[in-house]
Amino acid sequence: MVRKLPIIVITLVVAVFVFGAWLNLRVPETPENAAVGGMVVNVSIGGPFDLIDHTGARMNDDALRGKYALIYFGYTFCPDVCPTELGEIAVALDELGDAGDQVTPVMITIDPERDTPEILAEYVPLFHDRLVGLTGTAAEIKDVAEKYRVFYRRFEEPNFTFYLMDHTSFVYLIDPQGAVASMFRYGTPPEDMAAAIRQHMRVRADS
Amino acid sequence: MITRFVSVLLSVLFLSSPAWAHEGKSEHLTISHPWSRATASSQKAGAVFMTITTNGKNEDRLIGAQSPDAEAAQIHGHTMVNDVMRMRPVDGVAIPADGEAVLEPGGFHIMLIGLKAPLFEETVIPLTLVFEKAGKVEIEAVIEAAGARQPSGGTKPVSGGNQDSQPGGHGTHNR
Repeated sequence: MVRKLPIIVITLVVAVFVFGAWLNLRVPETPENAAVGGMVVNVSIGGPFDLIDHTGARMNDDALRGKYALIYFGYTFCPDVCPTELGEIAVALDELGDAGDQVTPVMITIDPERDTPEILAEYVPLFHDRLVGLTGTAAEIKDVAEKYRVFYRRFEEPNFTFYLMDHTSFVYLIDPQGAVASMFRYGTPPEDMAAAIRQHMRVRADS
Repeated sequence: MITRFVSVLLSVLFLSSPAWAHEGKSEHLTISHPWSRATASSQKAGAVFMTITTNGKNEDRLIGAQSPDAEAAQIHGHTMVNDVMRMRPVDGVAIPADGEAVLEPGGFHIMLIGLKAPLFEETVIPLTLVFEKAGKVEIEAVIEAAGARQPSGGTKPVSGGNQDSQPGGHGTHNR
C-alpha cells in the first residue's frame, strides 16, 4: 500500500492537471450564445499580425480597427470547406444589410506556399467585393495561426500530384477594438452568424 | 469496353428547361442537379456535388470520375476531428437500393484537380462518372457562384428510399 501511494498521488495530480487543461482549452457554448450561433471565448485568442494583403501591400491588424471583422483561415486549393465558409460569410454580410458595411471580411491563408498575393487577388473577389486576402511568410502565418489557435497541417498521399491542408474551420468575429468577440463553428448558418453580429452591435450601442 | 447501360444526356431533349438540362440517367441510376462552383483562373481545384438515386432494387457504388477539363478527378469525403476538417480520398460512395447518395458541401464530393480553365458561372463542366454496376454515366455539372451552398436549379428530388440509409452524410467514409 505504501509503495502504491506515490503512484496514486501522481495519477491524481496528472488527472487534476489534465482536467484543468481541458477546462482552459474548451470553448463552452452557453445556451444564450448558442441561440445566436456564437460561442463564448474565455481563453486568450487573437492578437496582432503583420501580413501581406492580396494587393501585395503590408497590412497589420490596426487596419481592421474601428469596424468589426470576420476572419477565416483557409486556402485557395480547398475545393469545398473554404468556399462554403467564405460563401456563408458573404451571405451573413448581405443579411446584415447596411450594418454589413461595418464588417470587414478577411481570409488568412494557411497555405502561404501556394497562396501568393497574386493568387489571392484573383480568388477573393469571387466571394465578396470587400473580402481581404492575407498571406505572408511561413513564419508569419504560423504566428497568427498560433494566436488564433488555428491548427493546420499539410497532407499528401504517394499518388498525389498536389497536397491538401487539414485545418480548423472557424470564423472569428473581431470587435472594433481588435478583440475576438465570438467564434463560429463550421456549418453555422449565415443567418445565425448575422444575428450574433447584430447582437454584438446592439450590446455595444447600448453600453 | 461495352457500357452495360446506355447513358442518356437529357440536355438535348430539355434545352428549354435548364433546371433539368444537366441531369444524367442510366437504366439504374438518376443523377440529379450535379453542380460545381465558379473558380478563379489561379484556382486549380474544384468540387462537384450531386444526388445519385438508384431506380429500383439494385444497389450500386460510385467508384470513379473523369473530366476532360481537369487533369484528374477523385472522390473525396470529410471527417471532422476536434474541429479539424480533414478531406481524404475515398474508394467509393455506396448508393443503397431504392435509396440515394448525396454529395454535398461538407460531405462527399468529386474533387477536380488541375482545372485546365477556370469554371465560369452559368456554364457546365462535363464529367464521366464510373459506377461499379451501371458503368459509365455522362453528366454535365452546372457552375454556380463561387460561394454557393446549393444548386440554384431547385431542391433535391424526393427519393423513395429510406432516408436513414443515406451514406452521403458528413464525415462518413466508405472505404
